[in-house]
Amino acid sequence: MPGASKHLYPRQCSLAALTRSDCSAEEEAGSWGEVGCPSPPHSPILWVVRRSRPVVEPMLVGSGLLRAPQVSPACKNTHELPELDRLRLFLGLPFRPPFNIPRALCVILGLPETRSDAAMSELVPEPRPKPAVPMKPVSINSNLLGYVGIDTIIEQMRKKTMKTGFDFNIMVVGQSGLGKSTLVNTLFKSQVSRKAASWNREEKIPKTVEIKAIGHVIEEGGVKMKLTVIDTPGFGDQINNENCWEPIEKYINEQYEKFLKEEVNIARKKRIPDTRVHCCLYFISPTGHSLRPLDLEFMKHLSKVVNIIPVIAKADTMTLEEKSEFKQRVRKELEVNGIEFYPQKEFDEDLEDKTENDKIRQESMPFAVVGSDKEYQVNGKRVLGRKTPWGIIEVENLNHCEFALLRDFVIRTHLQDLKEVTHNIHYETYRAKRLNDNGGLPPGEGLLGTVLPPVPATPCPSAE
Amino acid sequence: MQDKEYVGFSALPSQLHRKSVKKGFDFTLMVAGESGLGKSTLINSLFLTNLYEDRQVPEASARLTRTLTIERRSVEIEEGGIKVKLTLVDTPGFGDAVDCSDCWLPVVRFIEEQFEQYLRDESGLNRKNIQDSRVHCCLYFISPFGRGLRPLDVAFLRAMHEKVNIIPVIGKADALMPKETQALKQKIRDQLKEEEINIYQFPECDSDEDEEFKRQDAEMKERIPFAVVGSSEVVRDGGTSRPVRGRCYSWGTVEVENPHHCDFLNLRRMLVQTHLQDLKEVTHDLLYEGYRARCLQSLARPGARDRTSRSKLSRQSATEIPLPMLPLAETEKLIREKDEELRRMQEMLEKMQAQMQQSQAPGEQSDSL
Repeated sequence: MPGASKHLYPRQCSLAALTRSDCSAEEEAGSWGEVGCPSPPHSPILWVVRRSRPVVEPMLVGSGLLRAPQVSPACKNTHELPELDRLRLFLGLPFRPPFNIPRALCVILGLPETRSDAAMSELVPEPRPKPAVPMKPVSINSNLLGYVGIDTIIEQMRKKTMKTGFDFNIMVVGQSGLGKSTLVNTLFKSQVSRKAASWNREEKIPKTVEIKAIGHVIEEGGVKMKLTVIDTPGFGDQINNENCWEPIEKYINEQYEKFLKEEVNIARKKRIPDTRVHCCLYFISPTGHSLRPLDLEFMKHLSKVVNIIPVIAKADTMTLEEKSEFKQRVRKELEVNGIEFYPQKEFDEDLEDKTENDKIRQESMPFAVVGSDKEYQVNGKRVLGRKTPWGIIEVENLNHCEFALLRDFVIRTHLQDLKEVTHNIHYETYRAKRLNDNGGLPPGEGLLGTVLPPVPATPCPSAE
Repeated sequence: MQDKEYVGFSALPSQLHRKSVKKGFDFTLMVAGESGLGKSTLINSLFLTNLYEDRQVPEASARLTRTLTIERRSVEIEEGGIKVKLTLVDTPGFGDAVDCSDCWLPVVRFIEEQFEQYLRDESGLNRKNIQDSRVHCCLYFISPFGRGLRPLDVAFLRAMHEKVNIIPVIGKADALMPKETQALKQKIRDQLKEEEINIYQFPECDSDEDEEFKRQDAEMKERIPFAVVGSSEVVRDGGTSRPVRGRCYSWGTVEVENPHHCDFLNLRRMLVQTHLQDLKEVTHDLLYEGYRARCLQSLARPGARDRTSRSKLSRQSATEIPLPMLPLAETEKLIREKDEELRRMQEMLEKMQAQMQQSQAPGEQSDSL
């Protein structure tokens, strides 16, 4: 088993760290250069920067791009810095960028995302052992003599993303008739979810839960997104719904397995196709009372496997007071039952994230939404909505429902984070479990389990 | 004005009326359906009472292991001098569990028990004070979020339609746009026909009613199943600024009693104003008779013959009725025993009275029992 830790990423995420108590020593000893595993985490950029650190760093600090890290006098060694700052240091980026460059960089370049020390120290109670090889302290007081152009890395990343595009897989789960397909169509403003015309759905309710995945490529502003919507017809519709979440759990794990198999191949693809479920929208029926037992069971089983975003469907049957009461009750029930929906508290990186996510978790979620694919004229504008004899419900009006909040949350602010949490946490958990079960060896044939040379000559494939 | 041709029996209806008013009515209504469909709110709106004031809905984790229970609530309502004893039978826990197999069996059993009770009472000696606890009508709530009847709905309706008058109702109908309501109703009607479920048929109006009434009646029947919205609050409608019963949303106010908004008025009219008595009659003449026939027929089979030999309808064994015994709860048995005792004591009293009268007036014919 200890030998296998060579296969670990240099900074294993906290959950996987828990499963292997011996890895912390390895982590510390292994500076970036010692990583000898075939996994994606090292990149040519990082390696190059590290190699040329003595030259680059003075220039960076001088130009004001590099701020001194918040180092207490006691910790002079870089390994005691928060890991994100360490990464930023190596990359020569300012420490608190307006947007999360390092994280995006990490994922796009295939680095594992590291969580801050604060999170780790909560979960790993034992003190981290001192490294066998002390690392050189960083000298930070140099001046850049002119404009170097390192900040163009953002533009380069953007261009790359636009060229390659990205994948996003969203699953919708809930009883039939709760408006799942309509909502997804409204979210992405296109007919991405199969939906027969209004009520002429002649399809019978399937006896067991089926999984139907349909992919579309949608484009906006030059950015291509391969969107896959995974529908689960038959969930919760039968008289006996015992274990009806099992096909869904099986599907999710199958996607992790597929990715794992690709990852441990010797000759890997440049871009491993990512079919893992990044986000699962769970539709709660607007009874106005509380969650149903089936909702609890589903979320209990699946919140540790996939990011679940609970959503109150067809929320136009509840008045404002009923809505807020219902939401409070749902939140309390989820908390009492220990169900963590996305964004999970334990994965908040820093204070900024925490405050932002806390606000969403405690006030807005679960979002009470209304979906529609029909447009009506309201005050001279054409809006998506539902027309009833007593008024028109506008889908994008925040006074009417919270669809806009959901859309902004899923697409405009947390899309990347959803993918990261899936990759760094849920997938890693699955992977660690699989490796553990397999005696520490990756599954599949053709793997020798030997230590490969520390630095690959050719660029490694990214995780995206 | 009395002339020679006038006999006077045209005053019979008003005599009946007076008698029944004195006696009062009783009506038992059952509401069934998944939780969260607005059943309690609708009942409160329908009878303008707060039958469900202190209701505590248990949380999901508590409902995980809860089995279906049958709850009965009674209320006396009076209007225009007429007293109605309304009994509501509720089925909390229906459709809640993850596994709802056979969750309708307790309900079916309950209804049959009421029939059995009535059969016993009817075949008993003292029939003056028969309490009619049979369920006269069942309002079954269908979810507006589904696409018609769900498998659970079909199973329940199939089990119940020969035993109770079923009126299907779409709850929380303000979730639907008018077109969706139409489509859903049509789908439900088709499904009911396909599964051969007999819901309560509102009777045809009399041929001597005028065309307008007939047209309205037909129109109303077209609206079955009724799509209803209930509300226990009176709100000030922004537009007309008069207080209406309704639900206030940010985009408008749903008025419960507005026929363009929902079918609440129709339901109330057909259920309470015009067909209350008909429901009771159908329960008695059709459904109860069907049950009774089935019961007695099963007696005619060889297995039950030994019981018929014991059926001596003598005064001492007044309660020995040849009925297939359904298992009864202990308390029910006790109640029946007490009833028996009461009856016996009554008989003895009357015997003694007769004897006394005989001794007082030996010549007169005694007024025997």
